Amino acid sequence: MTSITKPQIIHEGMARNALGLTIRDYEGRMSTLCAGCGHDSVTSAIVQSFFELSVPPHSVAKLSGIGCSSKTPAYFLSAAHGFNAVHGRMPSIATGANAANRELSLIGISGDGDSLSIGLGQFAHAVRRNLNMLYIIENNGVYGLTKGQFSASADVGTKAKKGEVNEQQPIDPVQMAMALGGTFVARSFSGDKEQLIPLIKAGIRHNGFALIDVLSPCVTFNDHEDSTKSYAYTRQFFHPAMHADFVPPAEEIKTAYDEGEVMTIELHDGSRILLRKISKDYSLNNRGAAIDYIRSHHRKGEIVTGLLYIDESEPDMHAINQTTKTPLNDLPFDKLCPGGEALETLQQRFR
Amino acid sequence: MDPTKTEGTEYFHQVVDCQWGCPAHTDVPEYIRLIAQGRFTDAYMLNRESNVFPGILGRTCDRPCEPACRRTRVEDKPVAICRLKRVAADNRGDISDRLPTAPKQKNGKRIALVGAGCASLTVANDLMPLGYECVIYDALDEVGGLMRTNIPSFRLPASVMDEEVGYILDMGVDLRLSSPIESMAELLKEGYNAIFVGSGAPKGKDIDMPGRDESDRIHIGIQWLESVAFGHTEKIGKKVLIIGVGNTAMDCCRTSLRLGARDVKVMARKTRDFFKASDWELEDAEEEQVEIVVKHSPKEFVIEDGKLVGMTFEKMEYDLDEKGRIADTRVTGEEAFFPCDDVILALGQDTAFPWVERGIGINFDKWSVPVLDEVTFESTLPGVFFGGDAAFGPKNIIWAVEHGHQAAISIDKYCNERPLDERLPRGVNLQSAKMGIHEWSYSNDYDPAGRRIMPHVDLKERFKKLNIEVELGFSVEQVVTEVERCLNCDLQTVFFADLCIECDACIDICPVDCLTITPNADEDTLKKSLKAPILEPSQLLYVSAALKQTSRVMVKDENLCVHCGLCAERCPTAAWDMQKSSLVIPYAIDEAREDAAKCQAERKAG
Ligand SMILES: Cc1cc2nc3c(=O)[nH]c(=O)nc-3n(C[C@H](O)[C@H](O)[C@H](O)COP(=O)(O)OP(=O)(O)OC[C@H]3O[C@@H](n4cnc5c(N)ncnc54)[C@H](O)[C@@H]3O)c2cc1C
Ligand SMILES: Cc1ncc(C[n+]2csc(CCOP(=O)(O)OP(=O)(O)O)c2C)c(N)n1
Ligand code: SF4
Ligand code: SF4
Ligand code: SF4
Ligand code: SF4
Ligand SMILES: [Mg+2]
Repeated sequence: MTSITKPQIIHEGMARNALGLTIRDYEGRMSTLCAGCGHDSVTSAIVQSFFELSVPPHSVAKLSGIGCSSKTPAYFLSAAHGFNAVHGRMPSIATGANAANRELSLIGISGDGDSLSIGLGQFAHAVRRNLNMLYIIENNGVYGLTKGQFSASADVGTKAKKGEVNEQQPIDPVQMAMALGGTFVARSFSGDKEQLIPLIKAGIRHNGFALIDVLSPCVTFNDHEDSTKSYAYTRQFFHPAMHADFVPPAEEIKTAYDEGEVMTIELHDGSRILLRKISKDYSLNNRGAAIDYIRSHHRKGEIVTGLLYIDESEPDMHAINQTTKTPLNDLPFDKLCPGGEALETLQQRFR
Repeated sequence: MDPTKTEGTEYFHQVVDCQWGCPAHTDVPEYIRLIAQGRFTDAYMLNRESNVFPGILGRTCDRPCEPACRRTRVEDKPVAICRLKRVAADNRGDISDRLPTAPKQKNGKRIALVGAGCASLTVANDLMPLGYECVIYDALDEVGGLMRTNIPSFRLPASVMDEEVGYILDMGVDLRLSSPIESMAELLKEGYNAIFVGSGAPKGKDIDMPGRDESDRIHIGIQWLESVAFGHTEKIGKKVLIIGVGNTAMDCCRTSLRLGARDVKVMARKTRDFFKASDWELEDAEEEQVEIVVKHSPKEFVIEDGKLVGMTFEKMEYDLDEKGRIADTRVTGEEAFFPCDDVILALGQDTAFPWVERGIGINFDKWSVPVLDEVTFESTLPGVFFGGDAAFGPKNIIWAVEHGHQAAISIDKYCNERPLDERLPRGVNLQSAKMGIHEWSYSNDYDPAGRRIMPHVDLKERFKKLNIEVELGFSVEQVVTEVERCLNCDLQTVFFADLCIECDACIDICPVDCLTITPNADEDTLKKSLKAPILEPSQLLYVSAALKQTSRVMVKDENLCVHCGLCAERCPTAAWDMQKSSLVIPYAIDEAREDAAKCQAERKAG
């Protein structure tokens, strides 16, 4: 028998969420990525997160650009909306989608090539606009889809599969987002769902632009010995600084913490993020210090992970622009398009 | 937990639930695949190797494999394993050149077999090819035992039985019908090298109640069925009550309907959950409008003017505990009268050995059951073996066959003066099923189709004659669908811990969430950290050696696995492989070869 699709089996032990759905209802088509690709694990973490949050799949819009990573929206939430933009242009499509329908929950999936090479400008503006979306970069240090050329996130000294060495400085989306005023900045690893899933849930619920840079090894082109983005390297130099737990609204906090050990951050919808310091000298509220910390560890080859910065108080794109609270498709036609006279009045104001 | 040992153990055998559940360990998934390929003859021969009577069993087997079948964990109904066996039997081609044969040159050893039922026949099947002379005695004038006398011909046509029994007899068995053995002591004197007792459990249970001896219309189930089978009984009254609700009761009620009864009631003391009859036998009887009356305990036979007119029953009540077991039984005090013309007692059977003298070395326990070795089936008198219903009380055909296989091994060892308990272990062979990058040598796609329903002869038509076989057998379309329902449990997931890079691909793809990578811990903790909860604690749990990158372990709960192969297909390093397991079951012929080799080695060594 040749390759088959994942069978839809609802077994007895299968959990149902508040909507009565099983996790199968949050899956998508069968992945066509290479077996063992980190991106598939991220997909599975996304599926799990939306399932556990009981988000109705049709209330979500999935957006992406081009790349193996950008293919993955096809592999989760089949019942959601989706748009596959040209290379590096997903942020502008996301901006349009969010402008038109602010009630959609937006999830953008991009790659290091898609966001940090060709799409760097688009990415930067989405951050500073504080577009209300979860933006995941599946970061593998290469252009996977085009057979493994170095991307802009490749570390200096890292070797390609065939042996050539990268000599250009890497762009770190985490440091960039911090510098650009990002309001939710996190890093994680496809191979650590315990860390990743709460971050995804918090990112979905965060009001504003939530960036998660997920190290997601490319098994085919960048999982060899001298790579700094392989499974083995990432596991060895993984440095969790802040651990985040996610507690949905009205749910009791079950884990017992010591006095002063955790910081609770309440999100707009009433859910909470419980932040626990793993590294004593990490300071969460200071962008400058955070960047220093990340840099100094990066110099040692270490990868700082966790929820590294959060600010729930900043206004998002709609608040900044004082737009209507109603999604445009719910506005009556005469409001949405007030006619020639209204246009005339408007233009008069600028004369 | 320590890493699970799979090599050289029966681990993978247990994963094949049907084969593990089958007393004779029939290779079910392999024969189903052969049927799927249209290789009916091969499927038949594979069956015959372990269960000897595929055509008979494909219609009548008690099918312990089906309740065990893995398919029931993903949907209601198991694969129709038994009826697919019939498909192989019905469609097989000429097998004459593939049957075992007896050598012309005999080995000079003579074996007496008492009873010509399936147990003795299996012993003969296994010993004839080794050169033994087998003499089978039966009191009746037909061969087959209860299969002939008690299983009604509308379930098992005589022709099917004649053919399969014939394969064995044709090897040159010395069959002596109408030859009851009346004394074991005498038989022992006849100089046989060994004796096998396959005389069944011939005593139908009776009931001691007022009125029992006052009518000739009160019958004992198995005797009555036998007299129907031999044509001595050709009719029965209009109203019949059957007492008891086991499989014999089901055959009695359905046979009554074919002999003229119009109103047949099966009277049960307890409620449905406690019936001994299999669900499918109950369904078949109910389809024929047999009424099953629950919670009625027989009190007396009512005789008027010397004629049976009915029975009275006491109404019963039961309290169940939280596990559904009976905690308390009460007689309500209320009584009910049911009119009838005939009563059939279907209360079970016992073994009976009036012809085995006590004090000749064959010991019996306090229930008059022979004391036997559970592995070798040898009695306390060396050289005398028991099997089938005669061994441990009434069971079924497939158990009798398995007893026969084991007794045959013992008899051969006994005759060659080798220790009976030095038996070859069962083994498991594994072979990778990988054919290409995304190609496996089996149909791994999960088919959600439900179990096919066996077509039956029309409800009017079937009563016209006693021997109209009710089940028609599966149609081609039904076969094509049913074979795909089998999950190929013998295609094992074999794990190589040193290859795993912990990428989670297998965990993410598994459609039933039966894989987990987790820090190693004690059994309880480990069981609590699985991705899907443990639903069936009796099922195997596989724990790997420590993984290279994080020292965590791969854990697999075998219970839910549908053997789709996706874990192996999505694994970048081939740490998971799908491998076909084949169980190696030693029969008398294999043991004989092994013993001969050992003998030779011993002689060489001096
Ligand atoms: C009504 C009924 C229906 C059944 N239906 C099924 C079914 O659908 N499926 C299933 O798997 N099982 C069924 N069984 C059970 C099954 O028939 C028996 O378990 C099986 O036949 C046992 O085989 P055996 O070889 O041990 O003995 P038997 O089949 O009982 O054969 C014993 C033979 O020994 C002979 N014999 C006994 N004493 C002597 C003596 N002293 N000298 C010479 N001969 C002697 C008897 O005449 C008989 O022919 C049914 C049983 C009954 C009663
Ligand atoms: C405008 C344009 N330029 C170049 C390409 C070729 N191209 C396709 S995917 C890709 C890189 C994708 O890299 P990344 O975003 O890291 O995704 P990955 O495959 O590594 O997940 C490039 C350069 C393209 N499709 N469109
Ligand atoms: S090429 Fe790399 S990134 Fe693309 S699917 Fe394969 S492993 Fe994943
Ligand atoms: S699914 Fe097939 S192999 Fe598995 S237990 Fe059932 S019949 Fe046997
Ligand atoms: S074969 Fe593998 S993927 Fe399929 S059910 Fe079994 S463990 Fe899961
Ligand atoms: S897919 Fe293979 S390498 Fe990846 S976790 Fe599973 S067994 Fe390990
Ligand atoms: Mg990339």
